[in-house]
Amino acid sequence: MLRLAARRFGAMILIMAVVSFILFLIFETDKLAVAGKVLGPYSSLEQRELWLEREGYNRPFLVRYGEWVTDALRGDFGESIRFKAPVADLLWPRLANSAILAGLVFLLMIPLSLLLGVLAGMREGSLLDRGLSFLSILTTSVPEFASAAFLVALFVFELRWLPGTSAMTGGFDWSQLVLPVAVLVLYDFGYVARMTRASMAEVMTSHYIRTAILKGLPRHRVVLRHALRNALIAPFTVIVLQLNWLLSGVIVVEVFFAYKGFGALLYDAAMFGDIYLIEACTMVAVFVAVFSQFVSDVGYTLLNPRIRFAGSTVR
Amino acid sequence: MRAPPEEGPVLACEGLCVSYFTRAGEIPAVVDFDLRIAPGEAVGLVGESGCGKSTVALAIMRYLGRAGRIVAGRIRFRGRDLVPLGERELRRIRGARIGMIYQEPMASLNPSMKIGAQLLEVPLCHRNLRRGEARERALEMLARVGLPDTRRIFGSYPHQLSGGQQQRVVIAMALLADPDLLLLDEPTTALDVTIEAGILDLVGDISARFGTALLYISHNLGLIRRTCDRVAVMYAGEVVEEGGVEEVFGAMRHPYTQGLFDAVPLPGSDRATRPLRPIPGRLPLPQERPRGCVFGPRCAHFRAGICDRRQRMEALTGGRLQRVRCARHGEIRRPPRGRSTGPPEAREPGAVMLEVRGLDKEYAVGDGPFTLFTGDGRRRIRANRKLDLLAREGETLAIVGESGCGKSTFAKVLVGLEPATAGRIRFEGREVAAAPVEKRERELVARLQMIFQNPFETLNPSLTVGAQIARVVRKFGLARGREEVRRRVFELLELVKLPREFFWRRPRQLSGGQKQRIGIARAFAGDPKLVVADEPVSALDVSVQAAVVELLTDIQRRRRTTLLFISHDLSLVRYLADRVVVMYLGRIVEQGTAEAVFTPPYHPYTEALLSAVPVADPAVVTRRIILEGELPSALEPPSGCPFHTRCPRKAGALCEEREPPEQRFGADHRIACHLPAEELARGATVFRDAGLPGFP
Amino acid sequence: MRRLRAPGPGEAASAATALRRALGSLRESPLAITGAAILAFWLAMAVLAPVLPLADPNLPLEPLRPPLSVGADGSTTFWLGTDIKGRDVLSRLIWGARRVLVWAGLATLAAYLVGIAMGLVAGYRGGWWDEALSFLANLLLSFPVMVLYIVVITRIGASPINIVLAVTFASAPAIMRIVRGLVLDLKTRDYVLAARTRGEGALWIMFVELLPNARGPLIVDACLRMGYTTIALATLGFLGLGLPPPDPDWGAMIAETQPMGAFAGHAMLFPALAVSSLVLGFNLLADGLREISLRD
Repeated sequence: MLRLAARRFGAMILIMAVVSFILFLIFETDKLAVAGKVLGPYSSLEQRELWLEREGYNRPFLVRYGEWVTDALRGDFGESIRFKAPVADLLWPRLANSAILAGLVFLLMIPLSLLLGVLAGMREGSLLDRGLSFLSILTTSVPEFASAAFLVALFVFELRWLPGTSAMTGGFDWSQLVLPVAVLVLYDFGYVARMTRASMAEVMTSHYIRTAILKGLPRHRVVLRHALRNALIAPFTVIVLQLNWLLSGVIVVEVFFAYKGFGALLYDAAMFGDIYLIEACTMVAVFVAVFSQFVSDVGYTLLNPRIRFAGSTVR
Repeated sequence: MRAPPEEGPVLACEGLCVSYFTRAGEIPAVVDFDLRIAPGEAVGLVGESGCGKSTVALAIMRYLGRAGRIVAGRIRFRGRDLVPLGERELRRIRGARIGMIYQEPMASLNPSMKIGAQLLEVPLCHRNLRRGEARERALEMLARVGLPDTRRIFGSYPHQLSGGQQQRVVIAMALLADPDLLLLDEPTTALDVTIEAGILDLVGDISARFGTALLYISHNLGLIRRTCDRVAVMYAGEVVEEGGVEEVFGAMRHPYTQGLFDAVPLPGSDRATRPLRPIPGRLPLPQERPRGCVFGPRCAHFRAGICDRRQRMEALTGGRLQRVRCARHGEIRRPPRGRSTGPPEAREPGAVMLEVRGLDKEYAVGDGPFTLFTGDGRRRIRANRKLDLLAREGETLAIVGESGCGKSTFAKVLVGLEPATAGRIRFEGREVAAAPVEKRERELVARLQMIFQNPFETLNPSLTVGAQIARVVRKFGLARGREEVRRRVFELLELVKLPREFFWRRPRQLSGGQKQRIGIARAFAGDPKLVVADEPVSALDVSVQAAVVELLTDIQRRRRTTLLFISHDLSLVRYLADRVVVMYLGRIVEQGTAEAVFTPPYHPYTEALLSAVPVADPAVVTRRIILEGELPSALEPPSGCPFHTRCPRKAGALCEEREPPEQRFGADHRIACHLPAEELARGATVFRDAGLPGFP
Repeated sequence: MRRLRAPGPGEAASAATALRRALGSLRESPLAITGAAILAFWLAMAVLAPVLPLADPNLPLEPLRPPLSVGADGSTTFWLGTDIKGRDVLSRLIWGARRVLVWAGLATLAAYLVGIAMGLVAGYRGGWWDEALSFLANLLLSFPVMVLYIVVITRIGASPINIVLAVTFASAPAIMRIVRGLVLDLKTRDYVLAARTRGEGALWIMFVELLPNARGPLIVDACLRMGYTTIALATLGFLGLGLPPPDPDWGAMIAETQPMGAFAGHAMLFPALAVSSLVLGFNLLADGLREISLRD
C-alpha cells in the first residue's frame, strides 16, 4: 500500500520534471525570440543581445534550465512581460478565485450527480433512469460556451435577473458567480451521474447483492451497506479526475464571463505571448492534473480492500 | 432450539411453470415441475446446461429478476405457498428458513465487507440477538464448517481466503439462521476435486446432524450419487425421470438418462468394453421445443403416434418410487453394459516422439521491467520443476492435476508460446525448449500443434470458419491457389464430421462442440506428429463431450499421432490414456501406464485424487480419503515434498526437508515419495466393484 | 506489405448482410435513430452547402436583422437573421457545418490512426514498448486538454493542419489507453494463442486477430470522440484560436456576437444550438450503439 503510494508519487514527480523540461525547451530554446518578447518588437538586435548577456541567457541550456527549476521551486517564476510584475504575485490571487469557482462547482455537482446516479442505477430501466440518461446526454452535448450563451440569453437578456459578466469590478459579488458555476455544473454533472449509474447498476446485478437479498436483508440495508460502498468506488476516481476536465472548462467560462481567474490569466498570457506567465500557469495546471491523478490512484486503493490487502492471505 | 419435526414435506413444488419474458416473447424455462423434499432428505436435480435446473432454485427463492415470472403452480414450503408472498414475508423465509449456496463463492461474497460483518448480518436480522451473542454464534459456526483460525478469518476480506474457504464461509452464513432447507446450486463446480470432496462431506455431516433438507443442483452425476437420496433428471425444462438415486442410476428408464450415462466415462470400464456414446442432435431452443416428448427428436426409441403426444410422468410398478416421463418406458430396456475384464489391449509402443528432461519454467507475475506506469511489483512462480517424461508415437499421454499444478504451463512451453527456463525438450530428435514458436521452422510448427480449452474463444469471431482453416492450410504451405486450398478445407471439415456449409459460417453460429471440432480440424491440418490438447472438452456438456472425445481419439489413432491430453477429469483420463503423468504444484509426483497409475501402489496424492472423484455408477464403491487443508499457493510452494502439507501418509520431518526420491515399480511406473516401496505397495485399490445384482 | 486477408466470394455478401443487420438493430434503439437522423441532417447540409440557395457567408449585407426578416431589396429573406457585420446567419451556419465536420472528421481519424498504432504495440508487445508508450500517453494526458491546445496552438499557430495535430496530441493517448486495455484482454484469448502456435507474425495478429475483435467499443468511442472533437474545435473557435477567419466557425460566431449579445441574441443562439445539436447527434448514436452491443 505505502509502496504503491510511493511509486505513484515517484511517477508524479517524473511527469512534472519531464513536462517542465519540455515547456522550457518549447519556449526558451530560441533566445532571441525571448528577448524580442521582453523588449518589444521594435528593439534592435544589439539591445536584444545585450539583454541576453545580462540575463545570463548565453550560458548552456541545461544550466539555465536547472536555474529555472530551482527558482520555480522557490516560488519565483520570473516577471510577467505584460503586467511588469512578479508572476507569483499575479498567479496566487487568480488561483484563489478559480478555486472558489471550482469549489462551488464540486459542492453542487457531487451530491447532485451521486444522488441521481445511485437512484437511477438502483432501478435500471425505470422512468427516472431513462430520464436521467437522456438529460445527461443532453447536457454533456452542450459545450460550455454554448450553454453560457443560452443561460445569458435567458437570465441576462430576457429575464434580467443576473449580470452577464463576472469581472467583480465593484468587489466580490455572489450573483456574478451564479452563471459561471451553473455552466460548469451543467456540463460536468451528466458524466459523473452516468458513471455512478452504470457502476450502481452493475453492482445491483452482482452475485453478492443476490446473496444479500437472499439472506433476507431489508432492502435499505442491501442498498446502503452492500451496494453503495462498492458502487461509489468508480465514481470517486471519476470525480477526482474530473478536476482535469474542469480546468479546461474553467478557461472557457472565465473568458466568457470575464471572471478574473487562473484560466483567464493563462489564456491572456498565451494570447499575449507572455512566456514566463505561460510557463508558470501551465506548470500549475499540470500539477493540479497530475496531483488529482495521484489522489485518485491512492484513493482507489484505499477504497478497494482487494488491492489494499493484496498479497496478505489467510492460509 | 429446533422446532419439533412437522408433518409432511419441507418443500413441495406442484405444477410449477416458470417463464422468462424477453423481447423475443415468452420463453418457458421450467414446465410442469413437481418435487417433494422430506425433512432431512437430500434431493438432487441433475441435467445439462439450459435444462432449467438453476431456475428452479431461483424460483423457490422467488428471485427471478424482472424478466422471470412464475406463470403457474405452487411452491409450498412447510405447507405454505410461497408464490403469492410479498417482499416483507419473503424476507422472513429467505436466509432464515431457506439458505442458498452458490456456484462462485468469490462472487457471492461482498468484496469490500469483512467476513465477520457479512456473517453477523444473518443472526442480527433474523433472530433478535445482541451483537455479542451473534458474534459468538458466528465464530462457533466458522469452526463448525471446519475453518481454522476463526478469529482471523472473521476479520478478513473475502479475497484473502482460498476458494474452498470462501465456500465454507458461504455455507456458514447459510447455516447461521438454522434453516430447514439448503439450496446448493453447483456448489463445487468452481473448486478443485480434492477441495470438493471436503465440502461435500461437510454438507452431508451438517444435514445429518441438524436434519436440514438439501436440494443439490448439479450437472455432475457422480456428485449427485455421492450426496443425494433421491434424484430428478431434467431435460429442456421438464423432469424426465425421478426416484431413489441407486434406483435411477442403477436402472434408468428414460432414454435421456440412459444417454447421459452412456456419455460419461465410468471407472471399471474403458474404451474397448464400453465406448462413450454421445446423444445425437442438440438441445432444442425453448421456442423450438417439440409438442410431444421433448426428447423425441434425439431419441432412438421415438415412435410416431406415441411419442408425439405430450408426455406425462408415470410411476413405475413394482413398489418402486421411480417415475418416468416416457410413454414407452415399459418397452425400452437398457442393454447390459460391458465391464472391463482385464488390462486393456496392449498396443505396440512406437518410437519416442517427445523427450523432456529436467524442464524448468519460471515466470514473473506482475509486469514489465519499469513499473512506474503500468502496475505493481512482480513475484516469480516456478510453474514447472524438473519435469522428466517421454511420449511415444501413436500414444495418448495424459497429464492430470488440479489448478496451479503447472500442466497448462507445460503445454505452452511445449508448443513454444513460452520459453523454457532450463532443461531440454527433444521433439523428433530436435531440441525445441529454447525456441519460441515465432522462431520455429514452418514444418516443425505444423508437426507440433495444439487444441485449446475454451470453445468460446478458440475461433476468431470476426472471420468465417472457412477463412480460418484456409489460413492454416496456406500458412503450412499445404496447398496453393483458391481451389486447392478450398478442397483441403473441405477435407478437413469432413475429417471432423462437419458438412461443407460450415465453410461460410461465422463462429457465433456454431455450438460449443462444433467450435471444438473446428479447433481439432485446425490442429490436424498439417498432419501433426504431436498434438497437445489442453482440457479440450471440460467446458462442454457431457453429451457433447463424448462426441468430441470420440472424434479426437479416433483421428489420433488412425493417424498414429501422439496426443498429450491435459485434464483434471480422472475418469476421462482413465478412459482414453495409455500413459498418465500426475502433477502437483509444478512437479511430477507419479507417472506410468494408465493401468499402473490407477491401481496400487499409489502416490498418496494420486490416491486422494482418485478417491475424491465422485462416481455415478452404483456398481462402484470408492474408498474415501479426504485431504485436510488448502492447496498451497504456487507462489510459496512448501519445502521438501510439495505435498507434505496435506499428505495423509506423511512419513515425518524428512518430507518437509528433502525432495522425495523417485522410486520405480515395474517397467514403466515411477512414484516420487519418501515412503518405503513396501509401504506404498501395501495400499488398497480405491475403486471396488460393489457386485450389485443385475450387473455383470 | 503482405496481403493481410484473402477475401473469399462469401465475404462481400456477408459484409452486406452485416451492414443490413447493423441498420436493422439500429432501428430497435430510438436513441440511436434520433442521433443518426441529426447527423444525417448536418451531413446533408454540409454536402449540399455549395448548391443550396444561400447568400455568400462572408458577405456583409444588412447588420443585425432579426430572424425571418426580409432584406431591403424586398426579395431576400434572412431566415435566421444577420449578425453584427450583416452576414447571413443561416448561410454561415451551414458553411460552418461543412467546415467543422471536415476538420473534426480528419482530426479524429488522425488521432485514431496514431492511438490504434500505439495501443496495439503497447498492448501486444508489452515490456519496454508498453512502458515507453504508456509514459508518453501519461505525459500528454497530464495536461488539461484546453491547456494543451492553448500551448500547442499559440506556439505553432492556428492553421487547420496544426489544429488536427493538436487534437491528435490530445486524443491519441486516450484512444491508445482504450486500445491497449482491449488488446490486453483479447491477447489471452485462445484464438490469438492458436494464431501464434501456427507461427503468425505480429502484424497479422495485431490487425487480423486483435483489432477487428476490438471494433465494438472502438466504434462507440469514435462516435463520442467526434462529439468531443466538435466541441474542441468550436471552443477553440470561441477562444479565437480556431480555424482562421473570415470563413464561418460556430464558436467564433458566438465570440463575435457576445459583446453585443443583448441586440443580437439570435446570432449567438443559433450557432450554440447548431453545435449542441451536432454533438447531441454523436452522443445519442454512441449511446444507442453501446446499448445495442450490450444487448447481443
